[in-house]
Amino acid sequence: MLDVRDLYQQTILDHNRSPRNRREIDDADRVASGNNPLCGDKVTVYLKIKDDVITDVSFSGSGCAISQASASLMTTSVMGKSSAEAEQLFARFHAMVAGEHQGDCEGLGKLAVFSGVRQFPARVKCANLAWHTLRAALEAETKPISTE
Amino acid sequence: MTVVSQKASRSSPDSSLDIQRVREDFPILNTLVRGKPLVYLDNAATSQKPRHVIDRLSRFLLEENSNIHRGVYYLSERATAAYELAREKVRSFLNAPDPREIVFVRGTTEAINLVACSFGRGRLGPGDEIVISAMEHHSNIVPWQLLCESSGATLRVAPMDGTGTLLLDEYKKLLGAKTKLVALVHVSNSLGTVNPVKEMVALAKEWEVPVLLDGAQAAPHQPIDVQDLGCDFYALSGHKMFGPTGIGVLYGRLEMLGGMPPYQGGGEMIRSVTFERSTYAPPPAKFEAGTPDIAGAIGLGATVDYLEGIGWGSIQRHEQRLLSYALDQLSTVPEIRIIGSATSRASVVSFVMDGIHAHDLGTIVDQEGVAIRTGHHCTQPVMDFFGVPATARASFAFYNTLEEVDVLVNALKEARRVFGLC
Repeated sequence: MLDVRDLYQQTILDHNRSPRNRREIDDADRVASGNNPLCGDKVTVYLKIKDDVITDVSFSGSGCAISQASASLMTTSVMGKSSAEAEQLFARFHAMVAGEHQGDCEGLGKLAVFSGVRQFPARVKCANLAWHTLRAALEAETKPISTE
Repeated sequence: MTVVSQKASRSSPDSSLDIQRVREDFPILNTLVRGKPLVYLDNAATSQKPRHVIDRLSRFLLEENSNIHRGVYYLSERATAAYELAREKVRSFLNAPDPREIVFVRGTTEAINLVACSFGRGRLGPGDEIVISAMEHHSNIVPWQLLCESSGATLRVAPMDGTGTLLLDEYKKLLGAKTKLVALVHVSNSLGTVNPVKEMVALAKEWEVPVLLDGAQAAPHQPIDVQDLGCDFYALSGHKMFGPTGIGVLYGRLEMLGGMPPYQGGGEMIRSVTFERSTYAPPPAKFEAGTPDIAGAIGLGATVDYLEGIGWGSIQRHEQRLLSYALDQLSTVPEIRIIGSATSRASVVSFVMDGIHAHDLGTIVDQEGVAIRTGHHCTQPVMDFFGVPATARASFAFYNTLEEVDVLVNALKEARRVFGLC
């Protein structure tokens, strides 16, 4: 039985209300912006990178609870990780929210709160937006990315 | 046709709508969404179809299907007659003087693009201006931007105030010798505002400027009389007025259509073709290249019959009752802010809620079976004007009930509980 409370878990609501690392980094090494035209979610990701390690990460933007909480939790999850580790985390995250099979949440830590998203296909884009934008920043793409 | 007997049973001009009987005409309204009755409040996106229209579509496909205007055999003659009868029904629906002024297109978007491409071609240049309004749907903005890009003309935008009402004095100031076309939305899809288009057409006519009206959101709510409005073009979509998808109408004054070059080339729209040159059929065939959506057009004809059978008086009374009840009930939730408060409005309500993004609202009320639209409604400039990223929108049709308004409002209150805000 689909329950909307599986989607809006306490941790998600908490990160939506009090986002972590929601700030701009003036001297960021990489910046990328993404948007979800369907609902108007916007996220900009700022990165400080040293020796291929994310030494600081933050975001700014606005949008639905899923997109903003996902951005917040993304920043806390990739802080201190190498770009390869961050990519790997995104792959697992993506498999959990949109994969063909009910993925396991192992190694995802707090990101497991997004496991309910897979029951709401229209909201997968919201959950993925910050991660797509992170990837764009890591790849140093300068053009805004879109989930459409 | 069995329409006539159906017509009388729903209402008489002075009576109110027999809502239960009307709902029985729309089979999809019996849908259960996760065990809860569907509450369909996204009529401005697309409306549901009465059985009368569904039956007419299937009857065409089962018994009459064939191509039109070319066969000399029985079926083709029947299909052609049904298609042309549909054109006549639409003519009467819009009170257009002549059926040749009714061009079948895919929908409002194609109708506007047709005018932008065909009327616009070669007629506009640098220094010329096209006037639209601040509350246009993207489909009445982008085709004109494309035309401006190719012709060097300039797009001018008539502003609105904080209630979502167009400022007529400002509109008037934009009109002048440079104005080559005015394109206005009759009823706003995101605010519900009913614009005083008759007056606005008359102002444009003082400068002898042709006017296109985007009637996509007006046709489901009110009778349209293109002669009374005085417009040169009127565009509408079948699927928003309880008809099939893929079919729409461009009304164009015969004099205008006659002077316009073809929109697309192909079969049906020609008089003769040689490798050296082709000559074109007169309107409306000139603008109907290729095999049209024959079933859709015939379905739209049936839709017109159905709507006229219900009667606009009872439709409008019921919808205005739904609108005022919805506005009252939504105002009992203090965190809700209604976007748009024009005096004259259709049964469309856009709103935002403090602390919950519209998209989250949409997902949560869906759990209660309530279908509303969330987002920018293809009116990003309207969202920018009101300083909101998105709104939730409940849009009512004559088959909606006051009880459904209650379900919506309770679902919105539930959203506050899910978000831990109460």
